[in-house]
Amino acid sequence: MADKRMGAQTVALPSTPRLAAWSAIVGPKEGEGPLGACFDRVETDDMCGQESFEKAERSLFTSCARLTLDKAGIRPQDVHALLGGDLLNQIISAGFAARQLGIPFYGLYGACSTMAESLALGSMLVDGGHCARVLCATSSHFSTAERQYRSPLELGTQRTPTAQWTVTGSGSALVCEANAARDARVCVTHVTTGKVIDLGVKDANNMGAAMAPAAADTLLAHLQDTGRDYADYDLIVTGDLGSLGRELMLELLRREGRALPPERSVDCGMLIYDASQDAHAGGSGCGCSASVLCGKLLGQLACGELHRILFMATGALLSPTTTMQGETIPSIAHAVVLEHVGKEE
Amino acid sequence: MKQSRSVQEYLQLVERLAPKSDMGKGLVRAFWVGGLICVLGQAITDLAMALGMDRQSAGTVCSIALVFASALATGLGVYDQLGKYAGAGSIVPITGFANSVVAPAMEFKREGYVMGVGAKMFSLAGPVLVYGIGSSVIVGLIYFFLGR
Repeated sequence: MADKRMGAQTVALPSTPRLAAWSAIVGPKEGEGPLGACFDRVETDDMCGQESFEKAERSLFTSCARLTLDKAGIRPQDVHALLGGDLLNQIISAGFAARQLGIPFYGLYGACSTMAESLALGSMLVDGGHCARVLCATSSHFSTAERQYRSPLELGTQRTPTAQWTVTGSGSALVCEANAARDARVCVTHVTTGKVIDLGVKDANNMGAAMAPAAADTLLAHLQDTGRDYADYDLIVTGDLGSLGRELMLELLRREGRALPPERSVDCGMLIYDASQDAHAGGSGCGCSASVLCGKLLGQLACGELHRILFMATGALLSPTTTMQGETIPSIAHAVVLEHVGKEE
Repeated sequence: MKQSRSVQEYLQLVERLAPKSDMGKGLVRAFWVGGLICVLGQAITDLAMALGMDRQSAGTVCSIALVFASALATGLGVYDQLGKYAGAGSIVPITGFANSVVAPAMEFKREGYVMGVGAKMFSLAGPVLVYGIGSSVIVGLIYFFLGR
């Protein structure tokens, strides 16, 4: 065990579990965004043919999970664990989807960091030899998140400039043992578990600012633990800090004397919408980093366009109750190192 | 101690870097839309009075007409667009109150008519009623004891 641990927060995965398949399904607004063409499927209606938004989100989750299994040519009964979560109370999207999928299920809650959390845990389960195939999945939906965290859709209010737009979408990836997925071109090599960090931000409409310190903390811990530098990565990918959160993270890293070159930093929340889409500071939600990772970045890693990235999804661990009680917002960021795997001779 | 200093520093940094709402633009939009809603209300009142109603009845007709218009616009999905543009201009008039009742009523229809629509309908307008009625009682008492 000892030789797998690196420093305080990082674990190396010597067996380099592979990502055998992945997929991303998004809603219409995301489909109209700059990444529209990258996703496996764009729903034409954000109700997804269901009678409630909650059922629509669940259907995104289920379809996306099934699509990934189809791509890998694997039946649900051959998957040893489904690790998933979402933003809704009692993580109903993941739990109810798992009821349909029939895969042994661990429900996760990491707010918008769930994709990184599930990949981290899934990769460790596979590396540890406890599971051969783990499906990691998450989803979010603008309209379910709005009604839970903010206000009814038809209420005539203005959003602040720092507010973010919850992505309607789902992403899923299948983690497999390396020797069982010889064609897989992406592997997971390290996992850095985040600590919960809170630098006193109270504004629930400014989650980028709340999460930026957690992102900076996990990134610094990762570099410390692994002895690596930014130059070792093509990209440091954050989940949904948005424009302000990313700027704050860069400033915090600069103050710590480990300035991250801006050209190596991308934020999924800033990639998924363009300026004309009225998303203010950018996208957010579990589905944001999940759909950008599974829709775009994993494809780039598989074809060798990217060689190694640090995927670090951030989550704000608040609830409407803590906001009403005037509490500050604790946040977390988990990181996984994803690498291109070259073809064997 | 170190933690509390870094919290202060960070909050100052956030304050410095956060984009600000454009107050000037917001005020102009709120003023003209809010003003227009009030002009509309006055026109309805004047029309009702021209048709022979007394001032009080005409005021009631005006409220009913504006509340109906707002509820209809909310149902058609237009009022939130107006609110996004006008901000307080469409929140402060009585039309904003109607919007805050109709919007949750629509939103929670799927949770049923009793615990959904019934319970959630006043989730936003409730505080206005509580403090509106509460303060009018207090003002009434003051008037009762001091005003004569």
